[in-house]
Amino acid sequence: MNRLLKNKECNSLLGGLSADYRFFAPVRRAGRGRLSDTDLITYDQISSVEEIVWDEKTLRSAKEIMFPITETLMRFDQKTISQPSVVDNRGIVIFCRSCDIHAVSRLDKIFLDNGTSPDPYYERLREKIHFVLMECADPFKSCFCVSMKTNIPEKFIAAVREVDGGLKVLSQRRTLVDKLSTIGSECEFELHYPKQNGTEVFPPQTLDMPSELYDHEMWDEYSGRCIACGRCNTSCPTCSCFSVHDVMYDKDSGQAGERRRVWAGCHIDGFTDMAGGMEFRKSSGARMRFKTFHKIYDYRKRFGENMCVGCGRCDDICPEYISFSNCINKVSEQPGTQGESL
Amino acid sequence: MIRDINRKKVTKNAWRLTSSRNKTCLRIRVPGGHLDARHLDLMKHIAQQFGNGTVHLTTRQGFEIPGIDFNAMAQINELISEYIKETEQKIGVQIPTPREGYPSAGTRNISACIGNRVCPFANYDTTSMALEIEKTVYPNDFHVKLALTGCPNDCIKAHMQDIGIIGQALPELESQACIGCEACVKNCRKKVTNALTVVDHKVERDNRRCIGCGECVLVCPTQAWSRNPVKYFRLVIMGRTGKKNPRLAAPFAEWLTQDEVIAILKNLYPYIDRHIDRSLVKEHVGYIADRTGYKELRNWLLKGIKLNPRARIAKTMQWSGYEYGYDTDRWDCSQTIAESTGE
Repeated sequence: MNRLLKNKECNSLLGGLSADYRFFAPVRRAGRGRLSDTDLITYDQISSVEEIVWDEKTLRSAKEIMFPITETLMRFDQKTISQPSVVDNRGIVIFCRSCDIHAVSRLDKIFLDNGTSPDPYYERLREKIHFVLMECADPFKSCFCVSMKTNIPEKFIAAVREVDGGLKVLSQRRTLVDKLSTIGSECEFELHYPKQNGTEVFPPQTLDMPSELYDHEMWDEYSGRCIACGRCNTSCPTCSCFSVHDVMYDKDSGQAGERRRVWAGCHIDGFTDMAGGMEFRKSSGARMRFKTFHKIYDYRKRFGENMCVGCGRCDDICPEYISFSNCINKVSEQPGTQGESL
Repeated sequence: MIRDINRKKVTKNAWRLTSSRNKTCLRIRVPGGHLDARHLDLMKHIAQQFGNGTVHLTTRQGFEIPGIDFNAMAQINELISEYIKETEQKIGVQIPTPREGYPSAGTRNISACIGNRVCPFANYDTTSMALEIEKTVYPNDFHVKLALTGCPNDCIKAHMQDIGIIGQALPELESQACIGCEACVKNCRKKVTNALTVVDHKVERDNRRCIGCGECVLVCPTQAWSRNPVKYFRLVIMGRTGKKNPRLAAPFAEWLTQDEVIAILKNLYPYIDRHIDRSLVKEHVGYIADRTGYKELRNWLLKGIKLNPRARIAKTMQWSGYEYGYDTDRWDCSQTIAESTGE
C-alpha cells in the first residue's frame, strides 16, 4: 500500500504507536558537532518526523541501539549476581537507509550465529527492532553501497520518502496497512535504489588471500599515516568488538560492583594487549591490514558475504584522510586476489 | 608641497605622518582581518594612482598605503567612502559622514585569527565577533588594542593586546558514549594542562585545570565529548610592547559570555576617560592601569555587569614583563666600555 501522509498525520501515527514502540532516526544535535558551530548528526529517539535528518549522513551508525556503547552485563555483590533487565520494553522502530539495515544483518551474524549460543544482551534488544527504510535514491559522495551489494534493501516493515510537508509511505505489513488505510491519501510511490555511487570499489574475490599480502609493503604506508584514533572503528556500522570491564561501586570495601561491556576497536592502542605486555599488532599498518581483511575477506570466508557495507563513514571521518575504499581497491590490484568467487 | 596642516585632525582621520615630510600614508581598517576580495581592487587603485604603488599589510591586519600627497587626502577620503559604508556602516558602526574618511584612529583595527570559518581548533567565529566589537568600540579615539583568537593557541597574540579575547569551549561528556580509549587523556597530557584522567574506564575532568581549549572534543572517536553550545571567553589584559615596560597580558576573566565581553569592553572607555594623563599625545591604557592599580581597573570594567555563575574574575593581578632603563646589573658592560673609551 502506498499512502501520502502529511507530517501532522505521521506524527499522530507515531504518537498513537508510542505506547508500544520507540522510534529512532538520524537527528541533528545542534552545536554538538566535532568542530565549533557544527551539528552532530546521529541516531536518537524521535517524536516527530520533522526531526529526521535526510540530507546528511550520521556520524555514528544505528548499531548503538542494539549494541550500546556501554552496557551493564551484570551487577554483583558478595552473595548475588543479577542481570539488569531492559528498562524499556517497547518495540524499537529505526528509520535508516539500506546500508545500515544490511549492517545490522552483519551484526546479527556475529552476535547471534558466530558462537555456540546467541549473545543474550544483543538478542533481547534485537528482537524488538523493526526497520523503516529511508529511501536513498541519491546516495552521499563517499558511499559505495552498490559495490558492496547493499544498495537493495531487505527486511523492512515500511519504506518512506521525504516529500514537501510529509512522507510517502509504502508497506505490505498487514497491521500497518490497516492503520495506513485510514489516514492520508493514496499516492504513486515506486521505491528507488542507488544504481551508482561516486565511489566505486572492487572487493577481492579470492577464497584464499595470497600469503604475501600479509607482509605486503602497502601496509607500511599506513603505519606512517594512521594515528590509531579509532574513529573508523567507532563510526563503522559493522565493527562489533568490545572490551569487558569490572567496576567496583565502593573501591574501599570492594564488595559490590558491575561488569560492563564497552566498544573497542582494532585500531585503538591496547586492543591486543595481553598479560605480560605482549601486543599482537603494534603498528598501525598491521591494524589496518587486520581490519581490512576482516571486512572484505575473513568474514566473507565464514559467512559468504563481505562485512563492509559501503556506508563510507570511515572515509568521511578519518582525520588523516585515509580512504578505506581506496585500500580495498589497493588490495584487489594485487595478484591472486581475484580468484574463484564464493 | 603642503605647509600648513592640522596634524591632530589628520592623524585622527587615519592618515599618518611619515618619514617623508610631504607624503602621508592611509590606514585602512579591516575589522576581524577578513575581507571580501573585491575590496582589494580599491587598495590597488589607491596605491597605484596616488601612492608609490605598494601596500603594507600591518601587524593589526589593516592596510597602510604609503607615498600619498597630503593634498590628495580629501579626494581619497571620498574614494574610500563606499568601502567605509560596506565594512563599517553596514555592520552597525556609527559613522555619520563616511565621505570624510575614518572619524578616528585611536582604537586600532580589531584583529582576529582566522577562526572557525577555516581553523578546526577555533571555538567560535572570530570575524563575526570582531564585527560586534568594532561596532561597540569604534569610532572611539582612545588608543586601545583589541584582538580575538579562537582558542588558547593564541595565534593572533591576544597576549600582546590591551584586551585579548580567547575562545573557550565548555566540553560536556556523554558518559555512556565514552569508550575509555584515553585519546583525550593522552592529548590533554601532552598538549594542554593534563586536566583529564580515566577512572573506571571512563574519562573524568579536573575542572580547575581545564582551560576550555576544546581539544578533547576534537580527538574523541565517538563524540562522547561535545561543546556546550554556549560560547565562552577568557580575557587577558594589559599586554603590550613599547619602550617602557613590555609585558604579556595576564588573565583577567574566564568563562565569560559574549555579552559580558562586549559589556566589559564598553566599560573600558569611561575608565580611560576618567584616568588618562592628558598631557601626553596618547597614553596607553596599560600605563593608566599601572597608575590606578588593578582594583580600580577591575571595578570600572565590571561596573553594572551581572556575571553568569560560571564566570571567574582574577582577584589580584601580577603582570610579568620587564623594565628598560638603568638595570646595569643585567648587562656585562666591560666590553662596550672598553670600546667606547678607545682602549
